[in-house]
Amino acid sequence: MVNAVPDPAALIAVARAVPDPEIPVLTLGDLGVIRDLRVAEDGTVEVDLTPTYTGCPATAVIADDVRGALRRVGAVHVRIRTVLAPAWTTDWMSETGRRKLREYGIAPPGPAAHAAGGPVLLAFSARCPHCGSADTREVSHFGSTPCKALWTCRSCAEPFESFKAL
Amino acid sequence: MSSVRTVPPLAAYALALGDDALILAQRLGEWVSRAPQIEEDVALANIALDLLGQARTLLGYGGAVEGAGWDEDDLAYLRDDRDFRNVQLVEIPNGDFAVTMARQLVFSAYQCELYAALERSGDATLAGLAGKAVKEVAYHRDHATQWVLRLGDGTELSHERMQAGLDQVWPYVDELFDPAAAASQLPGIVTDPATLRPAWERYVTSVLTEATCRTPEPRWRSRGGRDGLHTEHLGHLLAEMQHLHRSYPGATW
Repeated sequence: MVNAVPDPAALIAVARAVPDPEIPVLTLGDLGVIRDLRVAEDGTVEVDLTPTYTGCPATAVIADDVRGALRRVGAVHVRIRTVLAPAWTTDWMSETGRRKLREYGIAPPGPAAHAAGGPVLLAFSARCPHCGSADTREVSHFGSTPCKALWTCRSCAEPFESFKAL
Repeated sequence: MSSVRTVPPLAAYALALGDDALILAQRLGEWVSRAPQIEEDVALANIALDLLGQARTLLGYGGAVEGAGWDEDDLAYLRDDRDFRNVQLVEIPNGDFAVTMARQLVFSAYQCELYAALERSGDATLAGLAGKAVKEVAYHRDHATQWVLRLGDGTELSHERMQAGLDQVWPYVDELFDPAAAASQLPGIVTDPATLRPAWERYVTSVLTEATCRTPEPRWRSRGGRDGLHTEHLGHLLAEMQHLHRSYPGATW
C-alpha cells in the first residue's frame, strides 16, 4: 500500500461498515456515529466519531475497531476525534438500521422529542418487534445498554428491548 | 496535589461540575446488586454511567484548561478530599431508596436547567457537552419523578418514607444555587447558578405537590463544597474509589 493514495470516500465506507460492538446487526453507518473522515497531507486518517451517550463504554471499543478496520485497508496512522456537537440523535439512524433492529428483536426508536427550548420527553408506545402489536408497556426506563429500555408485549407476552428515542 | 493550587476560573468551573457528576456516579454505583428491583440496579447503573461520561469530559477539559498536566484519571484518582469541588449533596450516603430518589429528583432537575443554559455558552466544549448531556439528564429526571410520585402518593408507609427522604436531602439544596466565582469572571460562558433556581423550583414543586409531599423547610443548610470543605463521608468514598489506582499506580487489565 506504499504508493496508494487513500481515498476518503472509500475509507469512510470502510469505517461505516464496522459493526457496532454491542448491537452487532447494526453498522456504525446505520447508527450514524461516523460523522466525517479526512486524510491529512502526511497521510494520517482523521475520523470524527460522535458517541451515542457520553458515558457509553462501547465508544472506546468503537474507536479501536475503526482504527483496526482502516489499518487493514492500508491506513498507517489513524486519529479518532470525539465530536460532541451537534449531539447524536436516534433520528440519524438509517432506515436499514431500523429494519435490522426490528428483525433482531429490538424495537427501533420513535422520533426524538428534543424540541427547541428545552428537553421534552414524549411518551410513545414501542411496537413489539416479535408480533407487531402496539399493546405494549415499559417495564423499565433503562436496559442492558445506555441506549435501550425494557418493554414487554401484552399480546404475545414476550419481553423485548426498545431503542430509546434520543 | 496541593490544596493551595490556584486554578483558572474556567478550569475551576469545569472541575466543580465534573466533580459533582463523578461523585454522584460513584454513589449511585453502590446501589448495584442492592436496589429494590433488578430493573433499578440497571437503571441506577445506567444513570451513573451517563454521569461518569459527563465527568470524564468535564475533568478532561478542566485539566487541559488548567494546563498543569493533569488528565481525567489523575484528577479523579490523585486528588485528596480538600481538592474536590463538588457540592455536599452528591457525597452524602445513599440512605434508603427514598433518600436516593429525593436526591435524584433534586440533582437531575438542577442538571436539566444547568445543561439547558450551558447549551448557549460561548465556550464550545461546555456547550457541546451540555447539548448532549441535557438529553441524558432529562431522562434521569423523568426516572426520579416517577419514583417520587409512586412512593409519595403510594401507601401510608411509602409516603412517610418519601417525605423523610426529602427532609433528609433538602438542607443540601441551597448549595447548588450559590454564586459561582466563575460566573462573574466569565460572563456568557458560565451560567450564574442562581438564575437556574426559579425553573428548578417550579418543576420540583409540581412533582412534590402531585406526590402529596410537602416541600421541606430545613433549619440548616450545607455550604463549602465548592471551596473544598466536605462532610466526613467524602473521604470514605474516595478511599474506596481511589484505592486501586493509588496502590497499583499505572495498573492496567
